[in-house]
Amino acid sequence: MAVRVPILRQGSHLIASIQEELSDSDILNLQSRILDEVVKRQADGVIIDVGALDVIDSFGTRTLAEIASAVQLRGAKMVIVGIQPEVALSMVLLGLTLETVPTMLDLDAGIAELNGAAR
Amino acid sequence: MKAAETVTAQQQSVQHDGDVVLARQMGRQMAMALGFSKPDQALIATAISELARNIVNYASHGTVDAQPVSDGRDTGLHVVVSDRGPGIDDIEAAMTDGFSTGRSLGLGLPGTKRIVDEFDIQSTPGKGVTVTIIKWKHR
Repeated sequence: MAVRVPILRQGSHLIASIQEELSDSDILNLQSRILDEVVKRQADGVIIDVGALDVIDSFGTRTLAEIASAVQLRGAKMVIVGIQPEVALSMVLLGLTLETVPTMLDLDAGIAELNGAAR
Repeated sequence: MKAAETVTAQQQSVQHDGDVVLARQMGRQMAMALGFSKPDQALIATAISELARNIVNYASHGTVDAQPVSDGRDTGLHVVVSDRGPGIDDIEAAMTDGFSTGRSLGLGLPGTKRIVDEFDIQSTPGKGVTVTIIKWKHR
């Protein structure tokens, strides 16, 4: 069954809060909706909260990096928050990094990062 | 009673990408029931995710079979990911970091090998691929 991740608006930022495990097509769906929303809402920042994800594998990592690149090309900034410690460890061991995307501990830190960067 | 005796073998059929999620959840739940640490549960789920995705991407249908194993000293989770798709022409190349015939990072197979304890891949071109992995609890 398809999972639709809620994308909330907070000021000039968008917050996509993933609530459950996503399939590859769910992630691609999230990607296109975030890009649509960034344009429609003229957002200057996007936060993706991945705290509910038990697995971020090669496909997930690549897609998150692609979303961030596209968001940055729109002149907005993207931050990923909430990567679980064991998920982070798996990513490192698998050889995956998200070097091009800022990652923060939690939502508050993500919002602070976007606000700080906007100044 | 040892944990391994209470966990029974399970199979997940894989055809669509939603099945990849079900397969990795099955692996994680079995790993949890066997008493694997949280990082190891995540590694097992990630390994299954990578391997099951190959079924969806390269074959039309396959299976993920997981069962507890014991070597007398340690308990492990034994997972077989198998399909009857086109197979892999050059396994050595497929096991190289960065090699990919599809739209991927090419880290799937070599990356998966790095995060499990035992890894075996068998393929006959035209007849499919079978990858067998074992993650032991205490190594």
